[in-house]
Amino acid sequence: MLSGGVHPLMADRHIEPDSPELRARWGNFAWTAENAAKAQEIVARYPAGRQRSAVMPLLDLAQRQVGAELNTQGWLPIPVLEFVAAQLDMPIIRVVEVATFYTMYNIAPIGRFHVQVCGTTPCMLRGSDDILAACKAKGLHKGHTTDDGLFTLTEVECMGNCASAPMVQINDDNYEDLTAADMERILDELAAGRQPKTGTQLPGRHTVEPAGALSNLTAMVAENHDYRGEW
Amino acid sequence: MPKVKVDGVELEVPAGATVLQACELAGKEIPRFCYHERLSIAGNCRMCLVEVKPGPPKPQASCALPASEGQEIRTDSEMVKKAREGVMEFLLINHPLDCPICDQGGECDLQDQSVAYGRGGSRYHEHKRAVTEKTMGPLIKTVMTRCIHCTRCVRFSEEVAGVDEIGALYRGEGMQISTYLEQAARHELSANVIDLCPVGALTSRPYAFEARPWELKKTLSIDVSDAVGANIRLDSRGREVLRALPRVNDDVNEEWLSDRGRYLVDGLTRRRLDKPWLRRDGKLQAATWAEAFAAVAAINPGSSVAVIAGDLVDCETQFAAKQLAAALGSSLLEGRQTGMAYDTSNLAAVNFNSTIAGIENADAILILGSNVRDEAPLLNPRLRKAAKKGAKVFVIGPKWEPTYPATFLGEDAAIINELPAEVVAAFEAAARPAIIVGGAGLAKGGLEAGLAFSARFNLVRDGWSGFNVLHMAAARMGGLMLGYAQKGGLADIVAAQPKLVISLGADEVDWTKFANSMIVHIGHHGDKAAHAADVILPGAAFSEKDGTYVNTEGRVQFAEKAVFAPGDAREDWTILRALADAFGVSVGFDSFAELRAAMIAQVPALGAEGLAFYGDLPAAPQGARADGVIAAYPIKDHYLTNAISRASPTLQRCSAELLHGEVQAEAAE
Repeated sequence: MLSGGVHPLMADRHIEPDSPELRARWGNFAWTAENAAKAQEIVARYPAGRQRSAVMPLLDLAQRQVGAELNTQGWLPIPVLEFVAAQLDMPIIRVVEVATFYTMYNIAPIGRFHVQVCGTTPCMLRGSDDILAACKAKGLHKGHTTDDGLFTLTEVECMGNCASAPMVQINDDNYEDLTAADMERILDELAAGRQPKTGTQLPGRHTVEPAGALSNLTAMVAENHDYRGEW
Repeated sequence: MPKVKVDGVELEVPAGATVLQACELAGKEIPRFCYHERLSIAGNCRMCLVEVKPGPPKPQASCALPASEGQEIRTDSEMVKKAREGVMEFLLINHPLDCPICDQGGECDLQDQSVAYGRGGSRYHEHKRAVTEKTMGPLIKTVMTRCIHCTRCVRFSEEVAGVDEIGALYRGEGMQISTYLEQAARHELSANVIDLCPVGALTSRPYAFEARPWELKKTLSIDVSDAVGANIRLDSRGREVLRALPRVNDDVNEEWLSDRGRYLVDGLTRRRLDKPWLRRDGKLQAATWAEAFAAVAAINPGSSVAVIAGDLVDCETQFAAKQLAAALGSSLLEGRQTGMAYDTSNLAAVNFNSTIAGIENADAILILGSNVRDEAPLLNPRLRKAAKKGAKVFVIGPKWEPTYPATFLGEDAAIINELPAEVVAAFEAAARPAIIVGGAGLAKGGLEAGLAFSARFNLVRDGWSGFNVLHMAAARMGGLMLGYAQKGGLADIVAAQPKLVISLGADEVDWTKFANSMIVHIGHHGDKAAHAADVILPGAAFSEKDGTYVNTEGRVQFAEKAVFAPGDAREDWTILRALADAFGVSVGFDSFAELRAAMIAQVPALGAEGLAFYGDLPAAPQGARADGVIAAYPIKDHYLTNAISRASPTLQRCSAELLHGEVQAEAAE
């Protein structure tokens, strides 16, 4: 963090500039047959005349299609944003507002794996700095894509997995209860084309149930204990 | 009608009012940035916090809170004071302290409110956020670091102008206001966001670093760039008008102004006729007033005199010229420079009878031959309001881009004679149907056909008159009231072959038709008529004389003199009065007051500010039909519509850049 409180990555988030190359590459963007059907189904979820409501799922669909074409996590080039705007008959600026607001829409090219390390307080207390260090050791830099195009590293704020901190989200999966060694192993496996185990990495833990013995609310194990008198 | 208590004073407020409005009714000032009474409520600046009971024990944003029965509102409590100070402190965290070099300084909401409601000093010592400037075209200068994200500009573009082009990109601290890909704002009302911006983020580019508000003399005036007659304020320093700003008039322009009306002022100091000129040996040469008058008197035209009025002249000038022509024995007066010859025997038939504000209530509108956005930029938001309320809009004429759903029926004016079933159904079902006949429609017999349409669908009914003619010239309705119309239009004047033609700034006339006449041009700009003139008598522009203007709805309005005309130029009426002496005739007035009194005696409606009454709509002539394909609308370039705007570097640049796609080289800053 800069001393001014400006998150360097947030400030760096910028739309990939418009260019003739971008137009040439994506100007002819159109749904695949399968996605066209999906898009139709999504738009049909909303009342007639309210098709603009479908902008978020359609942007996601478009991003995934771009990702499939590029074999990456996918992003939204300007011509694709314009394609979605035209399809929903809405002003392009309203689409750009949505795409730039939500950080899950990638507005610049991105690697095959988008590694999003949570750095918010619970994860930080549980060792997210080590996770970031492990990433760095593997050649990942915040806000950058590795030269082989595999990994893009971003530090993000809380993703709601505090009970199994520290955690990282890679593409659509979460990896929780991480150690630096876990992180390195996960990155290695992904690089090798294998799918590591998702969710918690602690052996013996399934989801976010207490790891080991209960540390609090122990009286609740046997019965529905009323704690209110003890407050 | 809920009853609320504001600072202990009980009052009744209209149903649906907000707490902020209730406080205003109670005479309390509520500071605000994002709230604007003509835009939707955003509630994002938090400056309008007040204490409201019952409710959560915390300050509430009054702009977004409905006033309800029994509320106790405090605007003077310690909680409110602290809340305002807190909000102000947050707003100033990222706001640069560059007031000394900011053009908004002295008329800045943030500046004023931080003095009135903020803490004395700042506790913030960290780095401030900086945002890159955004290109918004030749009119809007941006310093986006100053932006406090009130989103007024976003809401104006979307809601009033109807052109979604400004948006809030990114989020949180990274939020930035921008147009899509930083393209220029290119609609006809774009510069209004400058007035709306409560800080110095969006300021006027042509006016950048020109003056401070307290140096300026403020004069009430009327916009002459079209026939809407927007109420404006001219800010001048010394002999120069530096800017024009809209004044609030809910009946006319609300509080908006078209870009061309706002920015033509820098044309007032350029290409001016500032001394008399005489044509000698085929060339215009500078002369003295005495020489010029002697040359005019030498023509000795007898009664062979005609007056052609331009689009920008006031009623007084037209009246003075009319009196001069009458004294010489002529009544050859015409103001429709392009040769239109519609019937003017009943002015109700050439008036915008619904009124500009009233057209909002129409529920079916047929536009016959008018590109409203070009011809009356400030009428278009009214039509948009009507369309938003559910009005069906149909257009006969070439396609243009309305900012509301409209059905284009075709380019053939004859469509009005046999309307499609869909249109007939809409108008038969309508409670307040209206027709707007524009210039291109008038040229194709649209007036008579429009009257027939009006009779067919009963456009005039209880409390509603739906027959409208949309003019484009500020001088038109006043001119028609003063008799500046021949039965055959300009062709009658040409046919009369007058020895002397007096041009009152008539720059749109085809002067080649008057090759045998002596042309005396009383005008302010070296524009088209000056090239054709034999004698040029330099007159005053609208900003340099008192004047009466009548807008397209027949609203009589007065403009005041802001500055003196440059050089040897004189107010037009004094020139005409002196011409009378040169001809040895009497026009019956020696002062402006006498002139005005004589004019009002002749046309009493010109003496009273407000809507003139023209009587009932005439019946349509038998078998009235419109004929002919409307090939194009009269305005080709909506920035350069008159002599002043053609002289304005700002509007020339707008035209080149925004209409003709030229790329302007920017000097490195």
